[in-house]
Amino acid sequence: MSEIMVNGAARQVPGGWRVADLVDALGYAGKRIAVELNGEIVPRGRYGEVSLAARDQVEIVVAVGGG
Amino acid sequence: MQQTERKRVPAGEDPLVIGGRAYRSRLLVGTGKYRDFEHTRTAIEASGAEIVTVAIRRTNIGQNPNEPSLLDVLPPERYTILPNTAGCFTAADAVRTLRLARELLDGHDLVKLEVLGDRDTLYPNMPETLKAAEQLVKEGFKVMVYCADDPIQARALEELGCVAVMPLASLIGSGMGILNPWNLSIIIDRAKVPVIVDAGVGTASDAAIAMELGCDGVLMNTAIAAAGDPVRMADAMSMAVTAGREAFLAGRMPRKFYAASPSSPTTGLIG
Repeated sequence: MSEIMVNGAARQVPGGWRVADLVDALGYAGKRIAVELNGEIVPRGRYGEVSLAARDQVEIVVAVGGG
Repeated sequence: MQQTERKRVPAGEDPLVIGGRAYRSRLLVGTGKYRDFEHTRTAIEASGAEIVTVAIRRTNIGQNPNEPSLLDVLPPERYTILPNTAGCFTAADAVRTLRLARELLDGHDLVKLEVLGDRDTLYPNMPETLKAAEQLVKEGFKVMVYCADDPIQARALEELGCVAVMPLASLIGSGMGILNPWNLSIIIDRAKVPVIVDAGVGTASDAAIAMELGCDGVLMNTAIAAAGDPVRMADAMSMAVTAGREAFLAGRMPRKFYAASPSSPTTGLIG
């Protein structure tokens, strides 16, 4: 297991996980979200290729009401 | 609510063109501060707005991911979704937020930039706004930018390549109306891109005054969302923006200090 940060909170994930595994585990598969890994955008089409490593900082965002 | 029938500007007759795309409605609305999505949806429908702003925030991990989301009630196929950077206090955070927004909205590049300077006033931080605008334009974004009602800053933003400048009428959420119509008039007179009043509109007359000054559009959120009856106020705002625009295009009569020209004939009086 490795510890990563997801939206500011620590989370243990199995070694070898890719972004797609995290997105699936959180129930976001097929949802309109955007993912940033260590400050860089991860395009939707690349979730299956990009690996997660210990100390990674992941941000997952959605659109919410705002002015 | 059933929209009442009234004469509207036909499509194509007097469009608002932003970033190469034409819009019929000159009222742009925010989606914040509503009680629930149903209130958001009905108020926005009543406003007739085609461009609606949204904020970008972290997902709430642990919350049921299958609950409806804002974009389910405001589908991007129907509305032009304008992601904003509300809550950002630095150029870096604003740029990062809009890169995420572009990914979220499948490459959509029309965005609203706002970089705030102060939590109490929400007044824009213009040095950071200029820095972010320059970077975003370089990255291919079409930037609509919230700014101070300062003609020099507005011109600088236009020169950087922003597609619309959006000076405040008064502080965000204040409902204080247009506090400096003369500054707005200078900005309108000089700008070659659309000028949209953003922030401070409190009621319908404020929106009408903005349009009578020659603004190309008005963006508001709280004036509708915090009204006693948001749907009714949304409709009122729609009429006010149309009325103000029509009055501007019609050209108002000159102001006269004395009523030297009565409306009724001066001859044929009895007695």
